[in-house]
Amino acid sequence: MAAVRSRGQLVANRAAIAAVLVITLVFLAPIYWIGSTAFKPRALATTVPPTVFFTPEITPFIKLFTKRVQLTKPVDQETRDAAPWWEQRIIDNGERVLRTGENVQLSAYPSRFMNSLIIAVTSTVLAVGMGTFTAYGFSRFRVKGEQDLLFFILSTRMLPPVVVAIPMFLMYRAVGMTDTHIGLIILYTAFNLSFSVWLMKGFMDEIPKEYEEAALVDGYTRMQAFFKIVLPEAATGIAATAVFCFITAWNEYAFALIMTNRRAQTAPPFIPSQLGSGVIDWTVIAAGTFLFLVPVAIFTFALRGHLLRGVTFGAIRK
Amino acid sequence: MTRLDPGSRAAARGWSDLTIRNMFIIPTIAFLIVFNIFPLIYSLGYSFTDYRASTNQAANFVGLQNYRELLGDEFIWNNFVVTAKYVIVSVTGQVVVGFGIALLLNRAIPFKGLITTLLLLPMMMSMAVVGLFWKLLYDPSWGVINYVFHLGDFAWLSNRDAALYAVAITDIWMWSPFVMLLSLAGLSAVPKHLYEAAAIDRAGKFYTFRRITLPLVAPILLIAIIFRTMEAFKTFDLAYVMSSQDTTELISIRLYKMAFQEWQTGRSSALAYIVLIMVLAITNIYVKYLNRVKER
Repeated sequence: MAAVRSRGQLVANRAAIAAVLVITLVFLAPIYWIGSTAFKPRALATTVPPTVFFTPEITPFIKLFTKRVQLTKPVDQETRDAAPWWEQRIIDNGERVLRTGENVQLSAYPSRFMNSLIIAVTSTVLAVGMGTFTAYGFSRFRVKGEQDLLFFILSTRMLPPVVVAIPMFLMYRAVGMTDTHIGLIILYTAFNLSFSVWLMKGFMDEIPKEYEEAALVDGYTRMQAFFKIVLPEAATGIAATAVFCFITAWNEYAFALIMTNRRAQTAPPFIPSQLGSGVIDWTVIAAGTFLFLVPVAIFTFALRGHLLRGVTFGAIRK
Repeated sequence: MTRLDPGSRAAARGWSDLTIRNMFIIPTIAFLIVFNIFPLIYSLGYSFTDYRASTNQAANFVGLQNYRELLGDEFIWNNFVVTAKYVIVSVTGQVVVGFGIALLLNRAIPFKGLITTLLLLPMMMSMAVVGLFWKLLYDPSWGVINYVFHLGDFAWLSNRDAALYAVAITDIWMWSPFVMLLSLAGLSAVPKHLYEAAAIDRAGKFYTFRRITLPLVAPILLIAIIFRTMEAFKTFDLAYVMSSQDTTELISIRLYKMAFQEWQTGRSSALAYIVLIMVLAITNIYVKYLNRVKER
């Protein structure tokens, strides 16, 4: 940075710092607002003027996890005792909050959240695994039409999801794969694979070839050299790629909306569907949203150093 | 690039390099062909038929009728106009805001790393979920936005004219940080001695910006613009969750409704192909610029 030379520049610098702080606060305000609404008592969620100070409570989360049900026969004690402890805890709290005898059940949110987790993690592992091998192949061996193949791989990512979704829906329906975990996992893997290859190729290209050559001279086979020398060197790249694939799969909406409806539905289409008509309990929506954002926020901080290359497909080297 | 001599003793052990290469590359290519290219070929066939996935009736071949009707349909053209408007508004907004923040951030600022990371949070989120919580912020009766800006009960999302801008504002909020990131990378790559030379020549601030900063940042800024244009063109989640106005019906939304609500499978396949060709055109521009920047 150029040294501050004059009084005018000093003032300009101070003004810039102030502006940056204000902008940051403005950008974070919506996130703060959704986070704080998730901990508000229902009556304070929609007040005018908006409520800023309040005693936080976890009622919205309890309401998020439970629902009132009309049952002809109450759930018997045996069934309840058979449920895992966390489910019992949630239902107990739900009964307290919703104030209805025994007719409280677990809502669909925990299972949607779990679906998101299962689908995002599995497809990430597959996409990063395949992507790492392929990137190594492209990085180290002569491949005919390498540029064209890489462009082909990238181009699969450029399509609007809805375009691919129409034929995929028909094909999945024909083989009975709509509303299955495996169906979404395959789609997300295909979606993330191109990204994974491109990003990993950037990392692979940076690992000096001499490392493997030395290993080969020492008597390793190509595969041994790959697993024992290259993979450990690529570990940070693999981690960064994995987090990006995870975030993409975690946030995906269009495919999930089209391909699932109950069993395998993930949280992004589920949360908006809870709006329905009638009176909306915004604290519950906020709680669902907030909980869904937590993993992403953690990952964003965990990989902030690699973020730039990730979001730009490695097009820009730091 | 140096390659291992395939005849060497080391390479002869274990699998050959050729086998390993094929094993590493072919499954991925095959996977992508099966799950990306094959479906597209499949729907190309349907685009020439009147097939409806909601009925059991067999598909009838109708030739180019779907394409002819779609290209002559003023409502579809309106969807493209809405999409173009949305792309222009949101990308322009992102460039102005993102590049502006980058210019401000491009100096010794305390907690710069933390601030940059915090600004990245919006773009790491799900567009559907973001759209949902901005609905709360935009609410005409108790929304924070109307309260802070004293807008009374201005109904952002149910106002036909404002809805598209409301969605674009949310998009700008989400993706300005992306433009900012790339701009920052570009700005930090401008050699400092150029500024020093300009200072010695007593060049004005604006002159320095126009003649030194802008030309050197332009290529990277272009990448950001093309990237964002493509993404904005594809937008579905945000607008779909936030608003149901016909003034916010982007082409992806029209496509979704045609395919999965009206079940006009054949016709929507044809529309998908029209969109596809447009995306490929934009992609080609993107790759052209990407290569140009990389060759620098």
